[in-house]
Amino acid sequence: MEEHLKPMPIKQKFLTPGVWALIIIAAFGMTALLLRYILGIGAITNLSNQYPWGIWIGLDVALGVALAAGGFTTAALGHILHKDKYHAIVRPALLTAALGYTFVAVSVMTDLGRWYYIWHPLIMWNGNSALFEVGICVMIYLTVLYIEFLPIVAERFIGKVNLPGFLSAFNNSVDRFLRFLDRVLDKTMFIFIIAGVVLSCLHQSSLGTLMIISGQKMHPLWQTPVLPLLFLLSAISVGFPMVIFESIISSRSFKLKPETDILRGLADIIGPLLAIYLAFKIGDMVIRKSFVYLMEVNTVSILYTIELVVGIIIPLRMFFSRTLTKSIPGLFIASSLVILGVLLNRLNNFVVAYTPPYATSAYVPSVGEILVTLGFVALEVLIYRAAVMFFPVISQPKPAASVSKYSAKGV
Amino acid sequence: MPKQSRRDFFKISAALTAVTAGVTSTKIKAESKDYIPDKAMGVLIDTTVCIGCRKCEWACKVAHDMPTAPLESYDNRTVFNEMRRPDHTALTVINEFPGKELDRFPIDVKYQCMHCNTPACVSACIVKAFHKHPNGTVTWDGSKCIGCRYCMVACPFQIPAFEFDKAIEPDIKKCDFCFERTKIGMLPACVEICPNEVLTYGKREDLINIAHNRIEIDPDKYENHVYGEFEVGGTSWLYLAGKKMPELGMPDLPRATAPGVSESIQHGLFAYFVPPLALYAVLGGVMWINKNRKNSETEE
Ligand code: SF4
Ligand code: SF4
Ligand code: SF4
Repeated sequence: MEEHLKPMPIKQKFLTPGVWALIIIAAFGMTALLLRYILGIGAITNLSNQYPWGIWIGLDVALGVALAAGGFTTAALGHILHKDKYHAIVRPALLTAALGYTFVAVSVMTDLGRWYYIWHPLIMWNGNSALFEVGICVMIYLTVLYIEFLPIVAERFIGKVNLPGFLSAFNNSVDRFLRFLDRVLDKTMFIFIIAGVVLSCLHQSSLGTLMIISGQKMHPLWQTPVLPLLFLLSAISVGFPMVIFESIISSRSFKLKPETDILRGLADIIGPLLAIYLAFKIGDMVIRKSFVYLMEVNTVSILYTIELVVGIIIPLRMFFSRTLTKSIPGLFIASSLVILGVLLNRLNNFVVAYTPPYATSAYVPSVGEILVTLGFVALEVLIYRAAVMFFPVISQPKPAASVSKYSAKGV
Repeated sequence: MPKQSRRDFFKISAALTAVTAGVTSTKIKAESKDYIPDKAMGVLIDTTVCIGCRKCEWACKVAHDMPTAPLESYDNRTVFNEMRRPDHTALTVINEFPGKELDRFPIDVKYQCMHCNTPACVSACIVKAFHKHPNGTVTWDGSKCIGCRYCMVACPFQIPAFEFDKAIEPDIKKCDFCFERTKIGMLPACVEICPNEVLTYGKREDLINIAHNRIEIDPDKYENHVYGEFEVGGTSWLYLAGKKMPELGMPDLPRATAPGVSESIQHGLFAYFVPPLALYAVLGGVMWINKNRKNSETEE
């Protein structure tokens, strides 16, 4: 097993050509976002009384939540199942989840017609509403994620508190407070870690319940009472591919050695998880006999088939192949396919499958909607890059010689 | 794929739910405890006598302080060239369809919120902005709504409409059964103005009897079906027509209530918080065991 150094801030140049490209995309996105808040939702989206929800819900929210599942799956693996080997990826996954859910919250707000009432669900409850359940769980989980991230902040500043100007008088007390916080969190963190996993299971599945109430308006290929289970299983199976995907990209971008050993370990888990998801998806299709809709060739059946074959079956085969998971490109492609599959699944569930009874034309996302979506993604990557340069998140594999025990303190 | 078999899928789906959620339909409580079926009022729309004068469209707008063209302009029948829907500018509209083959007269159909007995919008709304009143009326409360539009996703009749053009305080608009009028004993505006007695306002139970009577008296004139008696668990507004309603712009819906499946899953997952707490306990146990094992390993 490779030994890892303590996580450290990455000391590298922030601006690279790639980063500039992201800044430009983010700038376009934020401009569109500004227009949405000034002119209203109708002005920059193709949403209508026929299609009340579009890609802001299907991708920014539903996919965002699914792709942030790496946070709770690695927490479960590293802390609950106590596989120390994986501690090195817990922090990056946690940062991704915290950022991911922050953007989910911002996306929800962007899509709300009366965004300034986003706090209403806190005091106006409707226990019958799946959306209420999702909203409350996401709010609590976001708080839990921030708490889980606090020790990393504390670690960054303990012994280095250096406030500017007259505030420097408080340096000592702030430092003492941080040390106190760190100690308390170290003792109580397990409460939050378990809560995070429970909350994730709850809202990942409730996201699936969301569309059930639309009944016949949702195409029978996707409309099934087991949707909550399918959403949960797909979220669990996309968690580790997402960790692999990010780890490979960030090690390339920072020119670090990829965590081959850990990633291969994860890859071995993904296969069975995907197999369970596939089994339920096929089982549901057989029981409801919805495969008859695959006999005719149209957009819907093609998209469903791609989701199933490219997004589940092919990567499943790849993850069970020893030779492929040994190579970094093999791992990368297989993981990307799983991510693509879940992306398509969420898009299908929330957008493609939705067929309102009085539709006059199909919904196609507007330029503004796409710009905002891409802008959020770009911004998220930028903040991630800045965060790993500022906070101790990424731990690099240790050169073989000097071996010291990796400390899992506070993670 | 014919409509009928599509409906079968949903029947199978509904059956599956019982297994999935592990709860029976008895667990599903009607959302609004104050709704009293005996007191439910309704409107019976007899499309066979509607002449498509669209006075109800005008009266509805006036009653709700919505901008409208003068009454005379509603004589213009070219609007019937296309199918319209109630939206945020008009809470009710009339569409015209060709009559039965030998019949000279076209069929005119009025659309508005159906005021379902078990409304999907009430069940779905994240902040309970929708409310079903004892007399069956379903209203929307603008002081609660956050504009998420889940009600629109949920409604099987595609009724709630949203003011997409507003950046601040966009409303959800739909027929409110003239709640402010009926409260003080007045008739709904559309019912009051209708010159041909197409619309009958009364107790829902009585209206169902009247409807079946009319069918019995003149079985050639009517399709033997009171639309809204059983659709999605029944609706306050009911239709009689010479053709099947799905041919007249209404969706072909099952008898199961729209929120039934979704609510039983919700309540199954959250029954007295037992499942989440149980999961918490199990995970905590697993964590503890694993930690102890690790510790004893390192001690050895
Ligand atoms: S028709 Fe739609 S909006 Fe009206 S009560 Fe039923 S579900 Fe609600
Ligand atoms: S748009 Fe308003 S009324 Fe409709 S579900 Fe959302 S909060 Fe409720
Ligand atoms: S009941 Fe009132 S709100 Fe509803 S359609 Fe008639 S006039 Fe309009």
